[in-house]
Amino acid sequence: MRIAVTINGKPMSADVEPRTLLAYLIRDEFNLTGTHVGCDTTSCGACTVLMDGTPVKSCTVLAVQADGTEVMTVEGLEHNGQLHPLQQGFWESHGLQCGFCTPGMLMTTYALLQRNPDPSETTIRRAISGNLCRCTGYQNIVTAVQYAAPLVREARTLTTEVGE
Amino acid sequence: MALEITEPRPMGKPIKRKEDARLVRGQGHYLDDIKLPGMLYLALTRSPYAHARIKRIDTTRAKALPGVHLVLTGEDLAKLNLSWMPTLAGDKQMVLATGKVLFQYQEVAAVVAESRALAEDGAQLVEVEYEPLPVVVDPFRALEPGAPVLREDREEASNRIFHWEVGDQAETDAALRNSAVVVKERIRMPRVHPAPLEPCGCIADYNAARAHLTWYVTSQAPHAHRTVLAMVAGLPEHKIHVISPDIGGGFGNKVPVFPGYVAAIVASLSLNRPVKWVEARTENLTSTNFARDYHMEVQLGADRQGRVTALRVTTLADHGAFDAAADPTKFPAGLFSIVTGSYDFPVAYAEVDGVYTNKAPGGVAYRCSFRVTEASFLIERAMNTLALKLQLDPAELRFRNFIPSERFPYRSPLGWTYDSGNYAATLQKALDMLDYPALRREQAERRARGELMGIGISTFTEIVGAGPSNTFDILGIKMFDSCEIRVHPTGKVIARLGTRHQGQGHETTFAQVIAEELGLTTDDVIVEEGDTDTAPYGLGTYASRSTPTAGGAAALAARRVRDKARKIAAHLLEVRDTEVEWDGERFTAAGAPDRAVGMSEVALAAYTNLPAGMEPGLEATYYYDPPNLTFPNGAYVAVVDIDKGTGAVKVRRFVAVDDCGTVINPMVVDGQIHGGLTEGFAIAFMQEIAFDEEGNCLAPNFMDYLVPTAVETPHWETGRTVTPSPHHPIGAKGVGESPNVGSPAAFANAVVDALGHLGVTNIDIPLFPWKVWEVLRQHGVTE
Repeated sequence: MRIAVTINGKPMSADVEPRTLLAYLIRDEFNLTGTHVGCDTTSCGACTVLMDGTPVKSCTVLAVQADGTEVMTVEGLEHNGQLHPLQQGFWESHGLQCGFCTPGMLMTTYALLQRNPDPSETTIRRAISGNLCRCTGYQNIVTAVQYAAPLVREARTLTTEVGE
Repeated sequence: MALEITEPRPMGKPIKRKEDARLVRGQGHYLDDIKLPGMLYLALTRSPYAHARIKRIDTTRAKALPGVHLVLTGEDLAKLNLSWMPTLAGDKQMVLATGKVLFQYQEVAAVVAESRALAEDGAQLVEVEYEPLPVVVDPFRALEPGAPVLREDREEASNRIFHWEVGDQAETDAALRNSAVVVKERIRMPRVHPAPLEPCGCIADYNAARAHLTWYVTSQAPHAHRTVLAMVAGLPEHKIHVISPDIGGGFGNKVPVFPGYVAAIVASLSLNRPVKWVEARTENLTSTNFARDYHMEVQLGADRQGRVTALRVTTLADHGAFDAAADPTKFPAGLFSIVTGSYDFPVAYAEVDGVYTNKAPGGVAYRCSFRVTEASFLIERAMNTLALKLQLDPAELRFRNFIPSERFPYRSPLGWTYDSGNYAATLQKALDMLDYPALRREQAERRARGELMGIGISTFTEIVGAGPSNTFDILGIKMFDSCEIRVHPTGKVIARLGTRHQGQGHETTFAQVIAEELGLTTDDVIVEEGDTDTAPYGLGTYASRSTPTAGGAAALAARRVRDKARKIAAHLLEVRDTEVEWDGERFTAAGAPDRAVGMSEVALAAYTNLPAGMEPGLEATYYYDPPNLTFPNGAYVAVVDIDKGTGAVKVRRFVAVDDCGTVINPMVVDGQIHGGLTEGFAIAFMQEIAFDEEGNCLAPNFMDYLVPTAVETPHWETGRTVTPSPHHPIGAKGVGESPNVGSPAAFANAVVDALGHLGVTNIDIPLFPWKVWEVLRQHGVTE
């Protein structure tokens, strides 16, 4: 089946089998290997991407379901050579060790800050509860999101002002 | 706050990790990210039975599937003498089953196809006819007369693999007979799994024209794997290139060689094309090794004042169908003899019997220096039982039994020489962080109100950093480690080590060690690991050995570089070698500190302006064989509240004071502690690879094998004491495993402490709410 997807702002298309999962479309067809696969049961969240702005576990979405949608992966976070505040926060706060869960964590927390620019620790912990990490114990991930939140708010204010 | 990588004198500072530049961008390069031209995919057909005779394997339909290139069975491998492979423990393991299967999910056939999905399709089409056999799940039953003998390939008509013992049995028994108090406890450390988030996998890429194999593999020990491969597959070692790319967590899971690896290599050799095998999560949890599964019985004797008189331990170790334990070869029970822990016991005796059962083979040293977790859990739990028996505060009992700081180096009754420690100070620091007396008062008040609050203490000592090589080897290969440093003409450095990090941060921490020794910044040093064609030989990263071994090699290789640099500096400063001083950043002329040259100027001179007769270049290699192990230790305290309605345990506080000697990067050390505590928390409260009586694995995925999420994971409070190792070049001891080794007992002790007044001394982990609730019900305290 022929499908068309916008990935990180770029229109892409591919021929896929009906059973192809979105995760493998992204990884194998579009060669965006930042999206990882860590389990077969939608448990670990390493494959989390945004589909039309909503975080989804791409190992449990069929590629054909993504037809006509806008998908954002970890590769879409950096903007004009500038790391996203979340990427800066994870780096600054030692929010990652092996790095395998990191792309999924970044996408989930990106969506969190979109809908809640000033989340509490409890809110952050709940938001990432679908993303497993075996290395960090989550504490520094929470710190990383807290580091990023004010920067994201500031950037949003600036954008709004420019827009006005 | 993290510091930039350009910070001078980086040792001991929280330098931001260099590897994160790619990892936060999603540009890590993990095994499954590698795609080679013409690459095929391999999938495995697995046994649904735990024990069954194979009557017939029919591969006709699988072979007929369009896109399938090859189907391998055990009989195909037998023609190549590869249907069995040696394990690191000196046993052997089936690659693809011949004759019978011995555990559920055992590898029976391999199918190689154009795509991952087609390979899976093909694996489903392999038809296998089984005749089920009686299953042995219980390791105690395995040793009973009349139990089915599982391993027909062995001469011994028994399921016993080995008997190992250490210490003086007669003296221990006599001391126990003469003790005023003896406590006994059966302590079980259940089967768990390291479950790194990235599963295991490999790509075998054989090039017939060059008669050369490139093997990309999720390996914690690439050099060892190359040598094992040369020995097993008969390939010349210089024509095997092992590349271990970025690894998404290892925790010991990526030390052994697995059947899928061998099958992929054979397939690539047969087809002259690259073949990728990546296991699914279910395959990971059910077949590529497990950890623990120790059934221990302890007797601890003491006088009335609580001074321990003797320790005796009897253990049954369930190794599954093949003894695939990843221990140093001379140590079938790993370093279990650290079981006397942080205490000065006059006498001790421990024995371990390994047995076969119809379960997946293992076990690996999961975030643990070879059975140290089992030993630490046992002694820390036993001390808790003794404190209850003596009605003595568990902290006080420990203070009375600690090895005093002035007794180091300390020779333990089971034969180890501990390097250093200050156990009383470490525990006192943890107690102070919590205001322990206030917590005990609160507990008494709550208890009076009928509430269940517990405080659990664990004051563990680890033994890590294998070598030294006269004691430790893997299949004869001595356990040293290595570092090669090359200083380029412009003063920039590449360092390669025989270890392979999996998230521990070596690209930063080893760069800090080398930069500190050479007066450079972390930014000036690239650290590279995992490529056997470029890195010097080493035994890899596990058992907290990287800093004790390769970290030592890095410091000593850098000092060799500095020794030569000093001579060049003398030449540049126009003084004698003996008149050159090193101020930590520069060489200066003695008595004239304004006359100075830095490492960059020296490096340029090493290639452009040498003293007469000196060999050009500026590089050094050091193979470091440590004189002894290192003994990291810590004091952990957990505070819990138990819900009487549900049995759920809430960890209210957890304080971890670690002493890992000299700290290279405190941010990285704290990160290691957080992660290890979280894994210890999981082992204490939610994880077990359990089986039903037919040998069906009951935790084959992340819905049944629970990994803690951010919601239930407690907030960790860390502290430190620093007692450097006197024999290590920079005084460092290793830290990655301490939290996983030390914390399970703290959690379990806290839960038992909450129920101690009811007479409860032990509940087997994992402490599922239903299990705790059942104990509450038995004592009539549920709500």
